[in-house]
Amino acid sequence: MRTFKLGGVHPADKKISKDAKIEKLPIPEVVYISMGQHLGAPAEPCVAVGDKVKVGTLIANAAGFVSAPVHSSVSGTVKQITAIKDLAGKPSKTVVIEVEGDEWEESIDRSSDIVREIKLGQKEIVERIKCCGVVGLGGATFPTNIKLSPPPTAKPTCVIINGAECEPYLTSDYRVMMEYGEQVLIGGEILMKALGVDKCYVGIEENKPEAISHLKELASKNHPRIEIVKLKKKYPQGGEKQLIDAVIKKRVPSGGLPVDTGAVVQNVGTAFAVYEAVQKNKPLFEGVLTVTGDCSNAQRNFFHRVGTPLSFIAKYCGGIPAEAAKIVSGGPMMGKAVVNMEAPTLKGSSSILYLTKKQTLRHQESNCIRCSKCVSACPMGLEPYLLNKLGRVGMMDELEAHYVYDCIECGCCQFTCPAYIPLLDTIRQSKAAVMKIMRARPKK
Amino acid sequence: MSNIIIFTIATLAILGLLLAIVLYIIAQKFKVEEDPRIDEVEAIMPGANCGGCGLAGCRAFAECAVKEGLSSIYCPVGGNDTMQKVAQTLGLTVEQKAPQVAVVRCSGTCDKRKKTSVYDGLATCSTIASLYGGDTDCSFGCLGRGDCEAVCQFDAIKVNPQTGIAEVDEEKCTACGACVKACPKLIIELRNKGPKGRRVYVACSNKDKGAVARKACLAACIGCSKCAKECAFEAITAENNLAYIDFNKCKMCRKCVIACPTGAIHETNMPPRPAPKPAAQPVAKPVAEEKVNMLNN
Amino acid sequence: MSQLIVSPSPHVHSKENTTRLMRDVIIALIPAVLVSIYFFGLNALHLVAVSVIACVAVEYLIQKFLLKGKSTIGDLSAIVTGVLLALNLPVSSPWWLILIGAVVAIGIAKMTFGGLGQNFFNPALVARVVLLVSFPVLMTSSAFQAPESGYLFGNAPEVISSLDATSGATPLAFVKEQLAKGETLSSLMQNPNLSYGQLLFARLGGSAGEVSAIALILGFIYLLIRRVIKPHISLSILITVALFTGILWGINPEKYTDPLFNLLGGGLLLGAFFMATDYVTSPMTTKGQIIFGVGIGVITVVIRYFGAYPEGVSFAILIMNATVPLLNKLKPNRFAKEAQKA
Repeated sequence: MRTFKLGGVHPADKKISKDAKIEKLPIPEVVYISMGQHLGAPAEPCVAVGDKVKVGTLIANAAGFVSAPVHSSVSGTVKQITAIKDLAGKPSKTVVIEVEGDEWEESIDRSSDIVREIKLGQKEIVERIKCCGVVGLGGATFPTNIKLSPPPTAKPTCVIINGAECEPYLTSDYRVMMEYGEQVLIGGEILMKALGVDKCYVGIEENKPEAISHLKELASKNHPRIEIVKLKKKYPQGGEKQLIDAVIKKRVPSGGLPVDTGAVVQNVGTAFAVYEAVQKNKPLFEGVLTVTGDCSNAQRNFFHRVGTPLSFIAKYCGGIPAEAAKIVSGGPMMGKAVVNMEAPTLKGSSSILYLTKKQTLRHQESNCIRCSKCVSACPMGLEPYLLNKLGRVGMMDELEAHYVYDCIECGCCQFTCPAYIPLLDTIRQSKAAVMKIMRARPKK
Repeated sequence: MSNIIIFTIATLAILGLLLAIVLYIIAQKFKVEEDPRIDEVEAIMPGANCGGCGLAGCRAFAECAVKEGLSSIYCPVGGNDTMQKVAQTLGLTVEQKAPQVAVVRCSGTCDKRKKTSVYDGLATCSTIASLYGGDTDCSFGCLGRGDCEAVCQFDAIKVNPQTGIAEVDEEKCTACGACVKACPKLIIELRNKGPKGRRVYVACSNKDKGAVARKACLAACIGCSKCAKECAFEAITAENNLAYIDFNKCKMCRKCVIACPTGAIHETNMPPRPAPKPAAQPVAKPVAEEKVNMLNN
Repeated sequence: MSQLIVSPSPHVHSKENTTRLMRDVIIALIPAVLVSIYFFGLNALHLVAVSVIACVAVEYLIQKFLLKGKSTIGDLSAIVTGVLLALNLPVSSPWWLILIGAVVAIGIAKMTFGGLGQNFFNPALVARVVLLVSFPVLMTSSAFQAPESGYLFGNAPEVISSLDATSGATPLAFVKEQLAKGETLSSLMQNPNLSYGQLLFARLGGSAGEVSAIALILGFIYLLIRRVIKPHISLSILITVALFTGILWGINPEKYTDPLFNLLGGGLLLGAFFMATDYVTSPMTTKGQIIFGVGIGVITVVIRYFGAYPEGVSFAILIMNATVPLLNKLKPNRFAKEAQKA
């Protein structure tokens, strides 16, 4: 069984919500569609207050190379364009739409038939994906069309669809694979066509045997070029660099692009969104979201319209449990802590995870006992204990000499540290500072 | 017996002589020619090596002063006295600068600004600032984790555990500007110290709309511009829902302090006010006095 | 609902913590302690108890009165040092000897540098070596030449008559002494007390922890299963010792003892499993750990074959401890090199 070679940890699996079918979440009365849905420059609104919009209407254009357009997820009237606090309490430009009915743009194919034949050509596919505002749904929300237009020096050889879902608790990718497996595989075919390659892998961790056998069956029927790869259960298998290492045994060079290895990685959710965009002409305004947690009142998976307030979803699922001390959007290893439940969902929102105080409250930090567990756990081959020490005294040259910029912020070091040292907290800060210095440096 | 003593002394003497010669030759060979005035200037410098002048330390300052003159550099720690002495040594003239002091533009103490979440990560302001707005609803104010305290070499700025806000000890503050750079919320400003340490400033950095700011913090500047209207010297500008007092124009009439509905404008080291005129607002006055007492303590 | 907790990721932590690791080490040492108690009775218990209590007390007092910090005995590391110190002393040690050991181990070797995680040398080994150099007679005598007094409880051990052949000296010391007298190894190895079976299960000379190789191996396996330690250091020590002694033994089997005897005799297993693998004083990277282990193996054999002391594990580990800051300069294998800029 394949896996990545360096480091990694084994957090408890906790896929409690894995058997809950994906339901349609009701549409709230008001949605708040943030312009910062993706990595890069926030989109620029192209609607005005008072405009009527339908489901799928373009409401904001991409503002720059690394950016993506945003579409309305509901039909109704634009009430306001203003700064609304996001889940971290930071203001972000948002289009507020009052919902009236559920009228879709006519161009969207709403039938449930599976369209297998790919009519569009290579360039048209990329253009369609760009226009539909598809972004990576694995967490980083990087605009997909950029990944599909690699620099001329790079030679893509294969597509890897990321079904590892190595974060504990999260089940949205698993449900998509189980219920929309065929669409995901067609998405894989589309991605292959867009890149002009003829090999596609779907990497799935061994803890999802049903998904592996289901997709293997589908692939053997209709998709001979797609190979389902069973991966060992180890975090962070779903990290782009780790997944490429695991599946095709190639390492992304430091500071290089993943496509330097020939592989283009897309998440399962993204592949599904690509299918919908290309075959159904449906822009990305809906995503799959898991509501889970040991103390959660419900274990469910939903299709949510982008811009639905988190509190609306929480209420629909029986409210925020009394024991919940921390609410995380995303997985427990890399997700973001929510401070503002009124904040809306984004394209990349994958979960509302309730953690209890006992699970999440950090312990008092004690002396480093130099056990080297962080060094063994680091999937990038760094020395977290040393980076932490250097970071606390701000030795930027030394931090750079120890490759702090390689850190992928997976949290393995801090997860495993027996002295409860907040290693990643300091390393993340040092990394940002060092990267700033490196960028400011004149290029040779 | 005496032989041993003589030989010992002779051996030591010869060794000493040889080593001295070697040292002398090396010292001559690797001698670095340097302007002697650099040493002289360095001796005048405060020797804090704080970097407040923007250079790497006092030695670097001295080198720069000797090479390029004093027009572009200033030592905030030594102040005008030191600059005058340096100028004399180098035969230059130097402009007098008003002494400055660091000012924390936040008055959201724990009782005025309620905590709305529990922060559980690494206790530095920069970590919090990069993660989220902060553990109160005000995303502009002091985070109280002491990044400024950590960089201050003069023990002049400290987070008061009672109020959760950084406070400057103006006796110790040298206006080196280290805290200004360290604060991720950019709420620390270098302001003129003022005659007898008298200053009037807006102790708030919140750029939210009035209602939002007020909801987050009782002491927030709500951008109502009352102070700007009150000011006879056009020293106050209110932009982005936040008032700012230009210390070069302020004549310290203190009318704005009384006018401010939330008490966000602070005054320091001011003499007690004359008996209230009947026109003055009776409610606002005690608040201002209370503040004077608090700051004097 | 109360206020939400907010922190940067990760939001969960593994079950591991310092106390749990230390508890696992203590559990791993239990077989060795039990074997020791089985053979030596109250004397061994006396040794372990005095050592542990002394170590904990010294740490507590120093933390409270000298460093004026929060008590750190809760992390159990003082107990680990106490047990390891006990296993490194002869069962016949009088209480004051153990106490001096505890003060040296905790007071000098550990707390002087700032407590757990800060020391350069393994505390228990520093204590053992200081005692070995200061009280050579007491430290090299066996359980059966105990002083009449010097016990807080229990009686001085009685001589077990069947073991007079080695007169209680450790096998390594006995062999070295006899070789120096001009005896040949082939005749020496006829001695039943030097048989491999004896060495493996219960050898009644030497320090308390050297009694049974099997007990030590059990503890080592437990540590590996619980993922407390990785096997690199221990295995590289053992392999190095086996190879090095094997070569010399192959050259002259009459002069040099065989590899198996070297592996089982003396404190090699205790050192390789429990002392060299001490987190604080061993290197951080796998590369460093292997070099560290090889170094210990080579120095041990050199001291055993050519040095003045019959046993060299303690010295070897301490010497290699001193090289750890240097070995930590070795970086772990990086994920990938810098991208080639076109």
